Formats: sequence, C-alpha cells, structure tokens
Amino acid sequence: MSDKGTGPHPAAQDGTLVRIRKLTRVFDVSKPWLNRVIERLPRARLTAVSDVSFDIPERGVYALVGESGSGKSTIGKMVVGLLDPSEGEVRVRDVDLASETDAAKVAAARSEIQMIFQDPYASLNPRWRVRDIIAEPVAARGGDTRGLAERLLEQVGLAAEDAVKYPHEFSGGQRQRICIARALAANPKLIVCDEPTSALDVSVQAQVLNLMSDLREEYGLTYLFISHDLTVVQHMADTIGVLYLGRLVEEAASDALFETPRHPYTQMLFAAAPRMDAYGREVEPPKGEIPDPINPPAGCAFHPRCPIAVARCKSERPEMRRVGGARVACHLAE
Amino acid sequence: MSEPTLSLRDLTVEIPTRHGILRPVDRVSYDIAAGEILGVVGESGAGKSMAGNAVIGLLNRPARIAGGEVWLNGTRIDELGREPMRRLRGKQIGMVFQDPLTSLNPLLTVGDQIAETILEHLPVSRSEARARAIAALDEVGIPAARDRVDSYPHAFSGGMRQRVVIALALCAEPSLVIADEPTTALDVSVQAQIIALLKRLCRERGTAVMLVTHDMGVIAEAADRVAVMYAGRLAEIGPVAGVLGAPRHPYTVGLMGSTPGASRGQRRLTQIPGAMPRLGALPQGCAFHPRCPRRGLNCDVDPAPRLDADGGRAACWYPVTETEKAEA
Ligand SMILES: Nc1ncnc2c1ncn2[C@@H]1O[C@H](COP(=O)(O)OP(=O)(O)OP(=O)(O)O)[C@@H](O)[C@H]1O
Ligand SMILES: Nc1ncnc2c1ncn2[C@@H]1O[C@H](COP(=O)(O)OP(=O)(O)OP(=O)(O)O)[C@@H](O)[C@H]1O
Ligand code: SF4
Ligand SMILES: [Mg+2]
Ligand SMILES: [Mg+2]
Repeated sequence: MSDKGTGPHPAAQDGTLVRIRKLTRVFDVSKPWLNRVIERLPRARLTAVSDVSFDIPERGVYALVGESGSGKSTIGKMVVGLLDPSEGEVRVRDVDLASETDAAKVAAARSEIQMIFQDPYASLNPRWRVRDIIAEPVAARGGDTRGLAERLLEQVGLAAEDAVKYPHEFSGGQRQRICIARALAANPKLIVCDEPTSALDVSVQAQVLNLMSDLREEYGLTYLFISHDLTVVQHMADTIGVLYLGRLVEEAASDALFETPRHPYTQMLFAAAPRMDAYGREVEPPKGEIPDPINPPAGCAFHPRCPIAVARCKSERPEMRRVGGARVACHLAE
Repeated sequence: MSEPTLSLRDLTVEIPTRHGILRPVDRVSYDIAAGEILGVVGESGAGKSMAGNAVIGLLNRPARIAGGEVWLNGTRIDELGREPMRRLRGKQIGMVFQDPLTSLNPLLTVGDQIAETILEHLPVSRSEARARAIAALDEVGIPAARDRVDSYPHAFSGGMRQRVVIALALCAEPSLVIADEPTTALDVSVQAQIIALLKRLCRERGTAVMLVTHDMGVIAEAADRVAVMYAGRLAEIGPVAGVLGAPRHPYTVGLMGSTPGASRGQRRLTQIPGAMPRLGALPQGCAFHPRCPRRGLNCDVDPAPRLDADGGRAACWYPVTETEKAEA
C-alpha cells in the first residue's frame, strides 16, 4: 500500500512504536439479500473508522476517548489484527501489518502486540486452569512455559498457587489481573487496553490502574488505552485522541487537552463529564445526540450540534491541522 | 421541619440460604425530604438496589424485609399487601431503572403507555390523558412530541427511551422517585442531559428522589445529600459537599482516593487493600476493619456505631475529625 504522501517511515529512529495512517474500516450492515430485494432497500454501509492517523510513541500511553460508537474498539481491533482495515495501514516499527509479505516478520510484529478487554469474564476460557490460560500464547509458539504462569501471577499481585485454579474462583478485579498476566506472557511491546476497568468498582479499578502503571515502568511497555471515562484517561495518558463518529477530531498532550480543549466537541464532552467537585454547579447540558453513523452529516460531522458552526461547516470537511501544540479538525478552532 | 417524604427506620432485608441468613441491607435508616435528591453510593453488592427494591415492594424472593419500617408521607408502607403496593407504585412512587426497556412495553406506543398510567391514577378523561402524555413527552425533551407520541419504544435511541421512562415515572405526579443507575448505560453527553432533566423536574415539583449509583461523579453533580453503603450497612451520610469534600468514614476517604478525578495530579491512586467481603463471610465488628488504615483495637470486636436518621455522619469508631482535616 502506498503512503499517500506521508513519506517512508523511519519509525524506530524517532521513538515511534506504532504508526497509524489513514486507517478506515467500513462494515456492510445491509439487511439479508432477500429482504433487500423484497423491501427494495439499497446496500447499507457503516463507516466505523474513517481516515484516522496517529503515532504511538515507544513507552508512551496513547488514549482514545469518545462516546459509544465513535470507533474506539474498531481501531483497537485493527491494531492488534483482530480486524482488517478497509484502507490505511498499521505499522509496527517498519512492518506494515497488512502489506508485509514476509510472514515471519508479520508474526513477530503481531506477537509484540497484545490486548486486554473490558469484560474479564468473557475473555477467559472457563474450562481452563489459570496456568494454561496464561501460558497459552507462549505455548502456541513453542516457547518455554515452565514456571511462567506462577511468575506472572506474582507479578500482577496474585499468588503462584492461583495457577491451578479456574477463572470462576476469582473476582472481577482478579480476573482482569489474570488477563494482564496473559498479555504479559507474550513479552509484548504494546498492549491495547479496551476499557480495561469499565466493569470494575472504583476501588478495584484503582488497584488495576496502579498495577498497569507499575508494569509500564518495569517492562517499558507502551499502551493504547481505550476508554470513555475522561477521568481515567486523564490519569493514565500522555497523549489523547478524541474520536467523534469514527474520525479523530482532536489530539493533544493530556495536560494541554484538559487545560485548553480546542475542538467544540471536546469542549462539549469535557463540560458534560461529571466532576467530583461539581456539587452546586448548574450547567446547561449539551444539545442533541450522536447522529446515525450510517448517514453521517456532511461537512463536519459535528456541525448539527456545534454551537459555533458556520455555513462552511455544513459543506466542507475540516482537515486535521496544527493549532498550538495540538492537532484539531475544526474550521474555526484556534 | 416538615415531615420527610420517605423515612427508612432500621430497614433490614434478609435472604435465607442453606448456609445461613444473609443480610444485604442491615438496619439502614435515613430520610428524604420533598424536593431533595439523596444519592446512594457504594460498590457493587453494597445493597443499594436491594434497599430501593425493598421500599417499592419489589424484592425478588427469597429476599424479604425482615425488620424495620418504611414510611411514605406519614404512612407505613412496608406492611402493605401486593395489590395496595402495586397501586402505590404507580401513583406515589415513580421508578427509573438502568435499562429503559425493562420499564417500557414494546407492544404499546409510548403515548398509550403514559396515557394508561395517567388514567389509572388520575381522574381524567381519555382525551385529557392523551394531551397530558404529549405534554409529558414534551417536558422531558422529546423533540416533536406530538408526532412521536404514537411511536413504539424501539424507534427511540437509548437516551430518548430513558426520557420516556422519566415521563412515565413522573406522569402520575408521585411524591417519590427511585432512580437506580438511570444513566449508567448512557454516554456522558446524554447522561448530563438526563441528570439535568431529573434535577429540574424534581425541584419544580418537589419530588423526593433516591438516586442509586456507583458513580461518585454523578452523585456530585446531582445529589443534595449522600448515603454511602458498605456491605449492607450505612457507612456515612451527610450533605454532598461534606461527604465528598471532607469525608469522615475511612471507607469514603478510600473511595474518594481511588477515584481518578478526585485525586488529580497524583501519580498513583490511593488503594483500599482487598475487596468488599461477601455477605456470607462478613468480618466481626466493623465490616470494614480488615481493609481499614485507621482501625483501633476494638474495631474487630465492636460493631461500628450505627447511624440513626438524625445521628452522626460516619458509622466509625475513629472517623476523620475536622481538626485532622484542617491539618492535612
Ligand atoms: N461487526 C460490526 N458490524 C457492523 N457494525 C459494526 C461492527 N462493529 C462495530 N460496528 C459499528 O461501528 C461503530 C463503531 O463501533 P465501536 O465498537 O468501534 O465503537 P466504540 O467507540 O468502541 O463504542 P463503545 O464505547 O460503545 O464500545 C458503531 O456504530 C458500531 O455499531
Ligand atoms: N438470591 C440471592 N442470594 C444470595 N445473595 C443475593 C441474592 N440476591 C442478591 N444477593 C446479594 O445481595 C447483595 C446486595 O445486592 P444489590 O443488588 O443490592 O447490590 P448493589 O449495591 O445494587 O450493587 P450493584 O452496584 O452491583 O448494582 C449482593 O451482595 C448480592 O450478591
Ligand atoms: S470503625 Fe474502625 S475499622 Fe471501621 S472504619 Fe472506623 S476505624 Fe476503620
Ligand atoms: Mg468499544
Ligand atoms: Mg444495583
């Protein structure tokens, strides 16, 4: 696949671990063929992710935030290779996962990326012992698994003796620790974390987030951290990308973003998020809801809800451009 | 002071099991005044929903009210039979749950559902009920309510459905609304809309609200007072600024420290060691003592002091004091 003007990627040199360029994913959401014929319906396509580009620096925490349906999980799945992009590329160091022809290179790059999911219940095989769950990715590659699970369990704050137990014997937070141990077993560089603590209580969430921070220091890990919870993202991320209807609308360093959100959607999102020190505040809640992703608005997709939209916003899609230290896709942002 | 809308006095819910009796709600007492929003927080399994369900007579068997009293506008309601309780639920107590579809009939238009409820509880004609249904939908912010009154629930988005449920809960003009995680399934921007709506309607009508949630941020935004539950018991209760801004119970302190938004700038979150105990294995003394950084010698023997409706703020032998707070 060509680079479409973004040039070759001397990735390793400038400390970028993952480069994502013009990533797009379209789903066919048509009704079955027969229904379409009878009801005279056209094919329906849903663009879940559209033209998304960003870099994840080595040892950094890059967070994607956005409301339900904004495309966060779809991006995460394309990064780990659970979904193929419709267009665009995911490059790990200098390997383009989709177009690289050397299978060994692709396999090596893939094994450096692991994923942790929101639901620690669904992602663990209930009939396997914890030892086998954790060692499986290594065993599959014919690696040495002796003592591996026991060591990793201690690493994530559980006991070596837990290796012989089954998933149902653990609480939600403990299961998420097992998922983390399994991800670590493959000795990854990057862990894609899709809402890793959304199913957990705050006190358990604190334990898991602290663990993730510790492991990052210890192993020099890089995280792609997906969450809809702004307070969690603010706590964890170095850089934040804000998604709206499948597009990146703003990207900035975490502190800068919270200090000066520049895109009107980011501003709306931050104003709406519940704040712990909010008692007594009366705010005007945001207007409208996220539009139908099958027929997104023309121009800037946010224009129907945007308080500062002008005529141009309805017809012309804003390109990502640099504003201050941030990248913003808004005609009016400054 | 005038009589509170809702009063719980030592409310206790029990579940008999083969291994003994579990107490998911253990002698909980509090009041909610007209026009007041009481936020009930606590982690999963703390007994928040069970307490709410006990008030509205919707406990799933084998759970049952085993002690204490529930008073609504000066009438004792925990001893009412099924039928009077059902009538009370529509008329005097409105309900909003996490999943709006549990409250809506998929086979009836939203307008018919609201009109039915109005007809059942208020002395109005059919056409008047329909007009009120449209007005109710309009009031909760359904755009073009007159056109959408004949739509079915599936034709609405999640946020719009929750608005319909709120219209339904409030249409018979109840004096109490129990909202159990009403915004947990919604996006932040829609959540903000729903909270603002609940706040406005209840203030305007003087409705008392029991807002059950695990989200401290939602409580901070919406509640006037907060009740913190731990292992079926009330740990702390008080005005929202006090409980969240200067918590006294060690559990509330820990909860605030673990919440990322509340400990801004900290590299690490404060951890509460361990997890909430299972009901079948509650520790002796104060249920929080194994996890508590402030526990004294008596905490594993003496049950924590209980909070009366008009008593202190924290059910703890060694609560954080004002002077400590000032020194910190
Ligand atoms: N397999 C699929 N088939 C059809 N549509 C899909 C599929 N997967 C995702 N989508 C759609 O793509 C869009 C983006 O979904 P995605 O799961 O990436 O969102 P998200 O940001 O992770 O949301 P959430 O916060 O709810 O997890 C949504 O509109 C979703 O309905
Ligand atoms: N049939 C049952 N048998 C045994 N225990 C039960 C039963 N039903 C509920 N419980 C227990 O009762 C306790 C209180 O549950 P409740 O639903 O009130 O918690 P909650 O605070 O609302 O939690 P959540 O935030 O998860 O909704 C829980 O510990 C639960 O495990
Ligand atoms: S009573 Fe004791 S153990 Fe319980 S919270 Fe207070 S200090 Fe901690
Ligand atoms: Mg998702
Ligand atoms: Mg509950």
